Amino acid sequence: MIKKSTIIPMPLRYLINIVLFAAFLFVMNTLITGGTISKYYSGVISSIGISIILAVSLNMATGYLGQLPLGHAGFMAVGAYTSALIMKAAAGSLITFPLALLAGGLVAALFGILIGIPALKLKGDYLAILTLGFGQIIMVVLLNIDDVLGFKLTRGAAGLQKIPKTTTFLITFICVGITCFVIHTIMKSRHGRAILSIRENEIAAESCGINTTYYKTLGFVVSAFFAGVAGGLYAGNIGILNPSAFGFMKSIEILVMVVLGGMGSMFGSVLSGGVLTALPELLRDFDKYRMVVYSLVLVVVMIFKPTGLMGTYDFSLNGLLDKLILRLKGGKGDGGGKAVLVEKEGKANE
Amino acid sequence: MSLVFSQLINGLQSGSIYALIAIGYSMVYGIILLLNFAHGDIIMVGAYVAWLVVVNLSLPPALAIALAIIACTLLGVVIEKVAYSPLRKAPRLSLLITAIGISFLLENLAQLKFGAGAKNVPALITGPALDIGGQHIGFTAVLTIIVSVVAMIGLTFLIRKTKMGKAMRAVSEDMGTAQLMGINVNSTISFTFAVGSALAGIGSVLYSCAYPQAAPTMGSMLGLKAFVAAVLGGIGSIPGAMIGGFAIGIAEAIVSAIGLSVWKDGVVFAILIIVLIFKPTGIMGKKINEKV
Repeated sequence: MIKKSTIIPMPLRYLINIVLFAAFLFVMNTLITGGTISKYYSGVISSIGISIILAVSLNMATGYLGQLPLGHAGFMAVGAYTSALIMKAAAGSLITFPLALLAGGLVAALFGILIGIPALKLKGDYLAILTLGFGQIIMVVLLNIDDVLGFKLTRGAAGLQKIPKTTTFLITFICVGITCFVIHTIMKSRHGRAILSIRENEIAAESCGINTTYYKTLGFVVSAFFAGVAGGLYAGNIGILNPSAFGFMKSIEILVMVVLGGMGSMFGSVLSGGVLTALPELLRDFDKYRMVVYSLVLVVVMIFKPTGLMGTYDFSLNGLLDKLILRLKGGKGDGGGKAVLVEKEGKANE
Repeated sequence: MSLVFSQLINGLQSGSIYALIAIGYSMVYGIILLLNFAHGDIIMVGAYVAWLVVVNLSLPPALAIALAIIACTLLGVVIEKVAYSPLRKAPRLSLLITAIGISFLLENLAQLKFGAGAKNVPALITGPALDIGGQHIGFTAVLTIIVSVVAMIGLTFLIRKTKMGKAMRAVSEDMGTAQLMGINVNSTISFTFAVGSALAGIGSVLYSCAYPQAAPTMGSMLGLKAFVAAVLGGIGSIPGAMIGGFAIGIAEAIVSAIGLSVWKDGVVFAILIIVLIFKPTGIMGKKINEKV
């Protein structure tokens, strides 16, 4: 039996997180607008946020749903081009950028449905290779569509240029917050448990009356949506889009973040997304060895800890606070809330 | 007419190379259900070995061919021992990610060692062009097609008639039961990797005859297309891999011939997607019923 011993009542738990996140946003934003953090570093911080969204959204499909899509960069590309075209067409207005991001996400989600319905009928390797194929096709299409249609839409290999650089720290991290919140909430609901059950055993889940096709598509589409949003942010951060930036390599880079952090751990994805984006920026000389180290780490982690560094552990601030309060009260409770849940589940799995 | 004919020969030549690589994919997939992403990169290593031997050490091409095949075989076995065998009981997803990791490791190591640019591999095999009905056919094209057909026949014999082939079939059927019957599962799997990688080595030699270059990323697209060929033909089936390889090669040649060569990769993957949706078991594959 899992005994849920939450001490802090439910609305307050959300409130604590929201207040702390808002405080973080406020402090960082003042530092950036005040000029304490230079423009270059604020760009780096934005790209960290984008990586976090990508990792957390891929984690939804890989960690929670247990599938291995290798075309995540394709969804990102679709979102990026959609947002960039909207931003270029209607630059200036304050509301354009959020709308462009939303549109990018929606178009990516549409592609997620288109690709997901045939792909999710297949299993494991076949799904991986099919999504890889779709990712490649998206890239080939973006490169060559202009020649076929005869007008200047994506501008092929030359790249889509002069996109308004509207991505700011605030917008990026609000998107990070929304992504984490939405995925966390889905995963804590009955839909999330249905998705987890598919990961554990698809046949058993199906025989328990879970509509596996529906939930697989749901997980896949949510994942694609946020990848599209991240793509839009990327477009606004870099200001130039080139199809070759969204190749197989990019998909693998995102996969490394998820695998390293721990498949099924949002905390792990956030952490490794941040670290793996910040490290190459900080160590410029390291760039040459980056991909070698990435691939080595991937293999070594898989051999020695197949579930990733964090496993399925998820950090919960309120769980920690619960523990602290219990300790102060002198109770000998073994922790609180989610921490207990995670620990007990871990034991039950073993 | 002559253009059609020469495109057909081109298609058959690259198709034969795809087929050789696809057989390796198919064998490995058949035995441990692993999509060996690193298989394409073994070919890249083979091409670099040939380049090193001929250009840097100025040794004869015959030695380069032998060394390239030996290096590929050893590399395949070592990869299996180091990276895949510790994961024999791990989830399939972990194994697949490991394979991707190995593939990227090989690519990036090659890039670090030899640089991102392509190296020119001098002609390893030369011979007189053949004349059939007034049409010229390159010597290497004929050789490539013959080698791949011979390899297919040889392998079919190996799997159907020899003791090792019987062991391979048994392990792919049920690893646990095969072990109980006294089959050394580990050495059987190693042997499978050795044969598959040796074929990749032969493939890399033939590939460098057709496209005399060695580049760090040459293996990934080649490997993916060979995998498409394996899936198209029916994974686990050797004649299927052959048919799939020829089909992909000819499809590519047709797309190039009508002036759409930039869409070549897109077409190959579109074929894959259509096959996977309508006939996931491929042309020659057997239907596998899922056990609970």
